[in-house]
Amino acid sequence: MAELSIVEAINDAFHVELERDPSVMVLGEDVGRAGGVFRATAGLRDKFGPDRCFDTPLAEAGILGSAIGLCMAGWRPVCEMQYDAFSYPCLDQLITHVGRYRWRTGGKMSFPLVVRMPYGGGVRAPELHDDSPETYYVHTPGVKVAIPSTPSDAKGILTAAIRDPDPVVVLEPKLHYRTLKGEVPDGEHVVPLGKARLAREGDDVTLVAYGSMVPLCEQAADVLEDVSVEVLDIRTLKPLDEDALLASAAKTGRVVIVQEAPRVCGFAAELAAILAEKAILDLRGPVLRVTGYDVPYPYWQIEDAYMPSVERVTAAVRKLLDF
Amino acid sequence: MAQVLPAERDLRRVIGDADGAGDREVDGLGEQELLELYRSMVLLRTYDERSVVYHRQGRIGTYAIFWNHEAMQAGVVHALDDADWIFPSYRESAIGLLRGMPPTTVLSWWRGHPAGWWNPADYNVASICVPIATHVPHAAGLAWGKKLKGERACAVAFFGDGATSEGSFHEGANFAAVTGAPLILLCNNNQWAISTPLEAQTRAETLADKAIGYGMPGVRVDGTDVLACYEAAREAVARGRAGEGPTFIEALSYRSAPHATADDPRAYIDLDRVEEERKRECVGRFEGYLRRAGILHDDLAESIRVEAADAMRAGIAAAEAEPPADVSLVFEHAYVDPPSTFGSDLDELRRTLG
Repeated sequence: MAELSIVEAINDAFHVELERDPSVMVLGEDVGRAGGVFRATAGLRDKFGPDRCFDTPLAEAGILGSAIGLCMAGWRPVCEMQYDAFSYPCLDQLITHVGRYRWRTGGKMSFPLVVRMPYGGGVRAPELHDDSPETYYVHTPGVKVAIPSTPSDAKGILTAAIRDPDPVVVLEPKLHYRTLKGEVPDGEHVVPLGKARLAREGDDVTLVAYGSMVPLCEQAADVLEDVSVEVLDIRTLKPLDEDALLASAAKTGRVVIVQEAPRVCGFAAELAAILAEKAILDLRGPVLRVTGYDVPYPYWQIEDAYMPSVERVTAAVRKLLDF
Repeated sequence: MAQVLPAERDLRRVIGDADGAGDREVDGLGEQELLELYRSMVLLRTYDERSVVYHRQGRIGTYAIFWNHEAMQAGVVHALDDADWIFPSYRESAIGLLRGMPPTTVLSWWRGHPAGWWNPADYNVASICVPIATHVPHAAGLAWGKKLKGERACAVAFFGDGATSEGSFHEGANFAAVTGAPLILLCNNNQWAISTPLEAQTRAETLADKAIGYGMPGVRVDGTDVLACYEAAREAVARGRAGEGPTFIEALSYRSAPHATADDPRAYIDLDRVEEERKRECVGRFEGYLRRAGILHDDLAESIRVEAADAMRAGIAAAEAEPPADVSLVFEHAYVDPPSTFGSDLDELRRTLG
């Protein structure tokens, strides 16, 4: 075990997996010489050579599109999108090909690729460095989506994604890349996709979140001293651990879902719909959402007004308890 | 670094059409190879013409016609080894036939039946790309990936003139150039993107000129001259295998059939020009070449046509004999490891279907 930050844990996963499997390669903008703008791929080019940690032209659709061809040639490419909102040009490839190609071949060919990117706001950055684009990815058939919230999960989920036979999109909470540290197992470490994590046990209300909203929910739980709060870290949005969601809802009867993405058709809406369909008799009140607003992510001087806050989460919990 | 060659503005031609230019010979192509090329062209032509009929008879769905594009398809494929990969657009839907794919597979694809799914690795022919130019980066990635593994395989991506306006074309071409991928960018410039003419697509003097910007050679060939297409592709393959990177080939033609069965080009196209093009269509041109060379005669030509027609008859019969696809296929093949909800979705679907 070592005490690592999230970005160090990701880097550790890369070193272990590139060593373990010679078909794994990393490609993206500035991943090689610079080691990634967040240093997630630091040291890989020196250790494994420029072909296995490849600095690509500045072309997100080209990165993901060529990754499809690399899969056909027997590689397991891991694509870095430099920032959340810079990934949008790759959505064309993701929607039209990544999620469909295996299906199109009648299941004969697999596309074991990974798309990973730092995501989310709160980092005082220029426009389009702050988005929470998970819904675009989750909504695309044929791809899996995971968002870790701890250093240990960041390593274990990336490892699982690299080894997974299907395309996996991993969003990493950049807000906590360096600020959140934790124990991370040495060597090979796999956190299976499709399994939620009970971050905190409680009886009165469940806060459901993923990624950078999990630490926020834990802070809210600390503030709510008189309430027994359960925090469920979804970790994998697709495939979703429905059993964990329904079990927690059955236990507490009250659910608040927290996401920083805009509200309309966000992932919280999907979770709320599942609870409405499958847990209605367990619920003591409406499923509430605390989300970003349906606006472009604001300029950073006022971004805190957009981001779900401890105050907004605790207010939602109080409202639900008073229902 | 790839050497930037001046784009060849003059169309390369091999077939003289007895119009004064005179026929040339292509080194390395003997009588057997020439007849193989002809067989391929007739097979593609027969596939295309029968498919239009099958569509009218309601036996296949909407179909993208490739009439008069057989020369560039057959010419390029014959310049490849079987280990080289082909990335077709919908305009080259039947190109797998030249790699031994049965007609019934392609017909099933156009019938919207899962029997039209094929394993690209069985033929080294990628799936048909429907959205424009988005397969160019795939071909670049495959060619690059093979090169990284020390394999000698090349890739060819077929796309149209309209595709050169797409970002994916640009990203794929640039990736191939930067990685030195052994890729042939085969641009079928038939001068129409449905109803949009070439002059509304680009201000470049020729599409081959675009190659210069990527640092790769660009060549222009008469796209209805199968031997010119073959020769240019063979050179591009040799460059790729020698580690000299990608080549852009502009194969010029004129679309002399509708874009697809759902299109009526009378609203926009120059019908006199179409009439002229149809008179010098590519299969007939090559047939004339072979007859002038004394390689083809009536009986042989007839037997090749009959062979192709028989293959199509058997193909459509087999496609129509495919049992209806089970609804469970709706949920299959997207994932190696599908979400657990698929099981209950299928159960519910079966209940509602009764």
